[in-house]
Amino acid sequence: MTYPGFQIMRRLTYFIPAALLVLLASGCQPAASSSNEIVIGHFGSMTGSEATFGQSTDNGIKLAVDEINEAGGIDGKKVRLITYDDKGDAREAGTAVTRLTTKDGVAAVLGEVASGLSLAGAPVCQESGIPMISPSSTNPKVTEIGDMIFRVCFIDPFQGSVCAKFAREHEGLKAGKAAILTDQASPYSVGLQEEFEKAFEKLGGKVVSKQTYQGGDQDFSAQLTAIRSSEPDIIFVPGYYTDVGNVALQARKLGLATPMLGGDGWDSSKLGEIAGGAIDGCFYSNHYSHEDPNPRVQEFIKKYSERHQQTPDGLAALGYDAARILFEAIRRAKSTEGKTLAAELAKTKDFDGVTGKISIDGDRNAIKSAVILEMKDGKPKYVTTIQPGA
Amino acid sequence: MSDFVQTLITALAIGSLYALIALGYTMVYGILKFINFAHSDIVVLGAWSSYTLAIRILPWLGLDPHNPATVPPFWVAAVVMLAAMVFCGFVGFAIERLAYRRLRRAPRLNVLITAIGVSLLLQNVGQLNFVFGASPQKMPALLPSWELASIAFGEGESARRVVIGLIDVVIFSLATSLMLMMQYLVFHTKLGVAMRAVSFNTDNAALMGIPVDRVVSFTFVLGSVLAAAAGFLYVTKYPSMNQPAHAVWVLLGLKAFVAAVIGGIGNVRGAVLGGFVIAFVEQFGAFYISSNYRDVYVFALLIVILLVKPSGLLGSPVREKV
Repeated sequence: MTYPGFQIMRRLTYFIPAALLVLLASGCQPAASSSNEIVIGHFGSMTGSEATFGQSTDNGIKLAVDEINEAGGIDGKKVRLITYDDKGDAREAGTAVTRLTTKDGVAAVLGEVASGLSLAGAPVCQESGIPMISPSSTNPKVTEIGDMIFRVCFIDPFQGSVCAKFAREHEGLKAGKAAILTDQASPYSVGLQEEFEKAFEKLGGKVVSKQTYQGGDQDFSAQLTAIRSSEPDIIFVPGYYTDVGNVALQARKLGLATPMLGGDGWDSSKLGEIAGGAIDGCFYSNHYSHEDPNPRVQEFIKKYSERHQQTPDGLAALGYDAARILFEAIRRAKSTEGKTLAAELAKTKDFDGVTGKISIDGDRNAIKSAVILEMKDGKPKYVTTIQPGA
Repeated sequence: MSDFVQTLITALAIGSLYALIALGYTMVYGILKFINFAHSDIVVLGAWSSYTLAIRILPWLGLDPHNPATVPPFWVAAVVMLAAMVFCGFVGFAIERLAYRRLRRAPRLNVLITAIGVSLLLQNVGQLNFVFGASPQKMPALLPSWELASIAFGEGESARRVVIGLIDVVIFSLATSLMLMMQYLVFHTKLGVAMRAVSFNTDNAALMGIPVDRVVSFTFVLGSVLAAAAGFLYVTKYPSMNQPAHAVWVLLGLKAFVAAVIGGIGNVRGAVLGGFVIAFVEQFGAFYISSNYRDVYVFALLIVILLVKPSGLLGSPVREKV
């Protein structure tokens, strides 16, 4: 049996494997970076539901890169940043990191904000022996991937206990009963919820209702109706800002005026835009406050607003700190070889960052303080600082 | 009691949206015996084209498109919805004409794969920056947030209110009237007779002088128009819109498809019944059992129905001729 396409098909059977081989061969070769520059990679959600996370972090990193290049680079070598958008999708995150490590030949990778996406990218970095610094993933599992993975933010056990302590002890809250609404598809949200629940009950509080949703859900009426009938003093919502905004809107529509509390996933200028007045009077824990009078912080805010025409959020500050810690380590290591660089990163101690004094501990996590912010007129206002070990 | 009534109201509003979308699946299946996977993307298209139009009309009325200070007059909502319906009707027509018609005599699997291809095409073209972009947006409020009724249950401290908003009433009444119009069209007009004839036996219908191609085109247009209306109503109720290729849209379409199957695929009344049934299962399950398994209830019900009554609640068993 012959039909016209048969001949072509047969030729294609030789052609396709050959073409694939050529592609593979070219793909495996890291593009030789010229010797007078250092290439670093960033993967983040530049678009998608958590778009401000990636954009803010990228802006922070860019500011750090500009500063170091204006000062003559690291030992005379200019720094070049390559950013890939992972669209907030775990598969895309894996692809982006693979591309950075194999094709672009980066010295180190910065990213991600969301723990679920860092968990997707980290194994790739670990395997290829290239250090990765997550600026703001707080789930403990991220750095447990291996000795190449670092972070410059605090972790969820600390953040969860900060939230619980604040809910129990803050004047005007003194919450005895808490309801929890978790994004069950997000490792960040689930991790934070577990830590909060543990700490809250240890402090003598009671969790009266536990509800879940899936990131991106639009309708929360069933969960909120159930929460309403459990009559809590506070609702803990450890989610990301788009979902939190929707939750707040629908809660107020149901006549549920209980204050809400959350983690650093709320930190976005979009939160106030989405929720409007519905989010006022709610609290969240964060890495820094732009109202901090510390000159180090105010100088950063001035430079950042000049370059990007907006007030930096916590993620921008962490991106900036992560990049500067990386540059410091490269300078000390005098090399961009993975193992040497990782060893220097692990030695970071009392680094004077915008988000506080940063020391990397034995598990490659940062030990530092947290701040609590309150939403007023759609904008976060500083309430208090909580130190580690307090 | 107040919680029961509140859940009931939510279920009715969401159920009517599922039903509207399910109608499109069921009509196409009834006539062409294939599942139009691109149907849920027409819902997305309806939602996003309403948004695009709304943010262009509002500045023209002197309002901030992203955060209007006052609610625009009612005709704006009507114009936006009708325009989205007309636009999606055209897109539905084009999809059938360009992608599916040439496969009319091809094996059913080919059409199915084509439908998945069309779906991916619509999703990803929608995410391009010059189309809708890949970032979520907020639909400006086109309807006032009136509370039509606020009923208090209980006394004093423990009193809880049940709020019935204008938007819920609009969704329910608009969806119901569209479905009644559909019902009339399919069972009481000549065109409806033609649709049912084509569905019953395409070849024989053609022999009786029914213009099969035109009837099929009309079915796609009708389904797409209803999907666009559902998309518009959905973003009116849930104004924060996910980007076109977000998994949540796929899930919405999938649930509507399940509604069509539960009601008996190919059966117009069944689709409406199925839409309400799954909304009730989903909402009451989430409230009374646990919100962890909200989607599980829907798909578990599907499995049960497929085991007990494979042709669906209102479907008639089909005998394959050997």
